[in-house]
Amino acid sequence: MKALCWHGKNDIRYETVPDPKIEHPRDAIINVSSCAICGSDLHLFHHFIPAMESGDVVGHEFMGEVMEVGSDTRDLKVGDRVVVPFTITCGECDQCRRGNFSVCERSNRNKALADKVFGHAGAGLFGYSHLTGGYAGGQAEYVRVPFADNTHIKVPDSLTDEQVLFLGDIFPTGWQAAVQCDIEPTDTVAIWGAGPVGQFCVRSAVLLGAKQVVMIDNVPERLAMAEAGGAIAINFDEESVLSRLQELTQGKGPEKCIDAVGLESHVPRSLDSVYDRFKQAMMLESDRAHVLREMIYVCRPAGILSIPGVYGGLIDKVPMGPLMNKGLTVRTGQTHVKRWTDDLLRLIEEGQIDPSFVVTHSAGLEQGPEMYNTFRDKQDGCVKVVLKP
Amino acid sequence: MSHDRNRSLQTSDQLARGLGWMGIGLGLYQLLAPRSVTRALGVEGAEPIVRLCGARGVATGIGALTVNPKPSLWARSAGDALDLAALLALLADRDHPKRENVKLALAVVGATTAVSLYCAQDQTRRHAYQAGRTPDYSGRSGFPQGVERARGAAAGGGLPARSTALPSPASTPGPRGQATASRPDTRPHAKDSAKGSDYDY
Repeated sequence: MKALCWHGKNDIRYETVPDPKIEHPRDAIINVSSCAICGSDLHLFHHFIPAMESGDVVGHEFMGEVMEVGSDTRDLKVGDRVVVPFTITCGECDQCRRGNFSVCERSNRNKALADKVFGHAGAGLFGYSHLTGGYAGGQAEYVRVPFADNTHIKVPDSLTDEQVLFLGDIFPTGWQAAVQCDIEPTDTVAIWGAGPVGQFCVRSAVLLGAKQVVMIDNVPERLAMAEAGGAIAINFDEESVLSRLQELTQGKGPEKCIDAVGLESHVPRSLDSVYDRFKQAMMLESDRAHVLREMIYVCRPAGILSIPGVYGGLIDKVPMGPLMNKGLTVRTGQTHVKRWTDDLLRLIEEGQIDPSFVVTHSAGLEQGPEMYNTFRDKQDGCVKVVLKP
Repeated sequence: MSHDRNRSLQTSDQLARGLGWMGIGLGLYQLLAPRSVTRALGVEGAEPIVRLCGARGVATGIGALTVNPKPSLWARSAGDALDLAALLALLADRDHPKRENVKLALAVVGATTAVSLYCAQDQTRRHAYQAGRTPDYSGRSGFPQGVERARGAAAGGGLPARSTALPSPASTPGPRGQATASRPDTRPHAKDSAKGSDYDY
């Protein structure tokens, strides 16, 4: 089959790899109809995530039709149309039973390695390094889905791929980020990063009833998309984030802050961004923390910081003093996708939200390598790429 | 140069990496053994300048190996131009004792300058941040019924209250955690979670 494979920094190739096979009674093989490039795929592309190996199939946002099942996949049948959550979940361990699916205790087949790095391993993920199980990803014609009886979301034929594809990651990720904010009707929610996850954070905060939602970025078309969804835009190239947030909150700061950027934050004229870039280039830190520092500084005391943005390793110069003295609460984590998807699918079916608004580029899988470059450099107004194998 | 659409990494990306490693190697050599360079070019006494050039080569070399090598490649090209000017000045002296070595250095630096300029130009095109058309996304609300009707639409009925919605390591499984009925556990060492993943491979 054809797939997009990782071969090093900035090096994604469209190439032929062996077809996946059923390896376990709970496996299924999915014939991929649509897949997407996620912002966190760029962290792999830039080689900021460790434990990748040359030839790894990438991609963790995908959907399609079940074409083969193992002997123990319960009600999952050949021909079912499913979206596959990016977190692989057994559905039976202590964490899955509590709904903490992204820290499933059984699905990471490299648990011993991940335990050494993280203390305790999280769930297995598709196409996201050998620290998370080393599973082949979904930017491919076919994918083997482990624990397929639990790792799927059945979707009705009445909805298009573009309407349901993002149930596998970015929609529930934005939703969880907003839910973690414990939004009240008087809240101002400030969101850093107008990429796809940031866009869903805006829509989720609006749906959950925030008084005002503020988006901080410097890409005009992305800010326009956030404004269309109900946000107030702050372009940090044109105005001071701190001053504008003070103005919008009568000098008190936003109650809730969301980091939808993660480890590659960069602000061209910010001293700490220059510092981080230098340290990262010298391999003295792995992640850049500008957004975290700014959130801690601007957040109202006793506020909440929600962090759906991906971090991979170590950061430097985190202002723990302000974080502690302001009594801020930090909530983060990979998304417990299946915890939210029943509700979110219902919102889509009811016409409350149409996630396809975020799709700006659609291309064949063979154009994937070039689309990685286009997405990275935000060329041609690229916000979200959907690939069709 | 050919453009392979099946790969994200193109010729100039690979050349940039080569230039990066070469810059680091030559830079370290100039930093650590400047006298051998000055002797070969017949400019004894210029060791501090050679060390400075070495430091420049290492810095731009590291930059050329990063995700966006464009700024470093331009800096490297500018540095190469300075080196060419210095070598041409030496060559202008017809009595220079190491004239042949200077000619050789000029050829090598000239060739790498050409490669560096090609890479810098191609990378500028390929890494053109926010290049191309800027579409109008002001109509993409994502709310088919409008933003105002969406406000707070999911704040109450049907969705779980915060205490049950938030992920928690609490020992009591929440009502939303019963995704699937448990199946009989026949795995070997099923009670010993420290042994690693229970998914047998």
